[in-house]
Amino acid sequence: MNLAVRDVRHNLGRFLLTCLGLSLLLGVVLSMIGIYRGLVDEALTLVRQPGADLWIVESGTRGPFAEASRIPGDHRDAVARLAGVAAAGSLTFQSVETEHRGRTLRLYVVGYEPGRPGEPRRLAAGRPITRSHYEMLADRRAGLEIGERVRLGRDVYEVVGLTDGIVASGGDPVVHMTLRDSQRLQFELDPPAARRELARGGLPAGLDTVNAVVARVLPGVPEARVAAEAARWKHIAALTQGEQEGLLLKSVVEKARRQIGLFTALLMAVSAVVIALILYTMTMDKVKAIATLKLIGAPDRTIVALILQQALAMGAIGWGAGTLLILLAKDHFPRRLLLLPDDALMLGAAVLVLCVVASGLGVRLALKVDPATALGG
Amino acid sequence: MAAPLVELQGIAKTYGSGEAAVHALKDTDLRVYPGQVVGLLGPSGSGKTTLLNLIGCIVEPTRGRMDLDGETVYDGRWLKSDLRRLRLEKIGFIFQFHNLLPFLTAEENVAVALDLAGVSGEEARRRARALLDYLEVGHRGASLPSRLSGGEAQRVAIARALANRPRIILADEPTAALDSGRAGMVMDLLRRLALEQQAAVLVVTHDESIFGRFDHAVSLRDGQVDLP
Repeated sequence: MNLAVRDVRHNLGRFLLTCLGLSLLLGVVLSMIGIYRGLVDEALTLVRQPGADLWIVESGTRGPFAEASRIPGDHRDAVARLAGVAAAGSLTFQSVETEHRGRTLRLYVVGYEPGRPGEPRRLAAGRPITRSHYEMLADRRAGLEIGERVRLGRDVYEVVGLTDGIVASGGDPVVHMTLRDSQRLQFELDPPAARRELARGGLPAGLDTVNAVVARVLPGVPEARVAAEAARWKHIAALTQGEQEGLLLKSVVEKARRQIGLFTALLMAVSAVVIALILYTMTMDKVKAIATLKLIGAPDRTIVALILQQALAMGAIGWGAGTLLILLAKDHFPRRLLLLPDDALMLGAAVLVLCVVASGLGVRLALKVDPATALGG
Repeated sequence: MAAPLVELQGIAKTYGSGEAAVHALKDTDLRVYPGQVVGLLGPSGSGKTTLLNLIGCIVEPTRGRMDLDGETVYDGRWLKSDLRRLRLEKIGFIFQFHNLLPFLTAEENVAVALDLAGVSGEEARRRARALLDYLEVGHRGASLPSRLSGGEAQRVAIARALANRPRIILADEPTAALDSGRAGMVMDLLRRLALEQQAAVLVVTHDESIFGRFDHAVSLRDGQVDLP
């Protein structure tokens, strides 16, 4: 006879409510893990999007994502001519904020050269950029439609295509435009500022500056060899794709990762305390029944099984409901929440271990119950 | 006369030590034979419950010797390693407030005692039903304890106590929560069981209305048998 099942059946409403509470808590834990995964995935999406093997950036910087990097635009040709390089393309990166349809629209603008590395490889809707100016590709997260016109800086750009899932490490949706347009947006001074610059004897600001040059190497050519070749120019630095991803994760995502990791650990500790308290309270409610069972000859293993089975059932139901809840809600989060099956399973296993450990308090109490408690009032 | 089912010789129980020592029971001798219903009477604090706990192997005596069902279980120390098993096989407990498990039906409350003794599920159920029928509460087998009247609950508790055919039945104030009519019925039932199963029944009670229903009564005062 399974006493745990019968006890649960008897107090079904209370048990399910407890499971619901636990599922919300575990759902938060799972969402934190998902947010971290999403953060890493989003950060890497942008750096992986060009499909580059090498990143050429300003010497002494770890740009363009970890810090600012500026190199002359003509370096693309020089890089393209390096032995072993198949293709190269210039890129700019810039955050912009604009008012659109009565709301503030924050975007991450990537300038690229159509037909060269850096161009979005897949469009979810619309067409690629075909004109030299005033067209852009927007990610769906921006909430823009094809044909919509958005003012950025001094110019108005028309959305001609949509990408899906390309966002910056900060979560801002990415828009792509031609390199020339993005250079004007980033480097061109307003007329009053330009006039002032001329009046004080400065040179007109050059627009042909880029933040990075990306290159693809020929099959079979070691990236490190080409990087070493590029690094012979003292004013630039060359990073392999792996190094760029590592830098991005270390400098941009690391703090967020530690923050989320710590928060997740705290939540797990809170979950453990909550589970332990729930089990302890549930055991307290059954002290008389446990004493009676002991008095009529129930072995300790029967009592332990009663508590442990309920703890495991609570953990399993809480985890299952929490996972389901997050699966249903994940698309409503403002930032990407990436749920990996392995993470969910790992959490499930951790919760079950937690339940076993947390039930220790209840089990200890139950084993200490004196059978004589059952006698008398 | 048959051998006693319960035999206590010089049994004593002291709680604490030194000046704080409480002598709950002092050098008590007792014999209860098969088929007998014995009352343990006395005021509160006289040692009745302690005596019941000692015979039920819940509390260890301080000294003396105790034989249950012809077997010496205590002689200065426990001689049985598994007191739980001993309780399960030889002793049936009936409580003042029935102590039925609230999450089990009446039938399951009886079957659980059989289940603990290793009787298979269906057989345990069958025997539980038979016991409930015998105690005339078979029609309430599917009811939870909260749905039973006081008398019905007490009969289900008695059925549970009898499930493993114990030789010794210990009842702690079994009629305290019942009116006099139902109290009489319970005592009639205990007497019937004592005779039919040749069991020894010990009843702790304050209920004067049932004093006349014992084969003999042991009166306790200040931890000692109060001889008339």
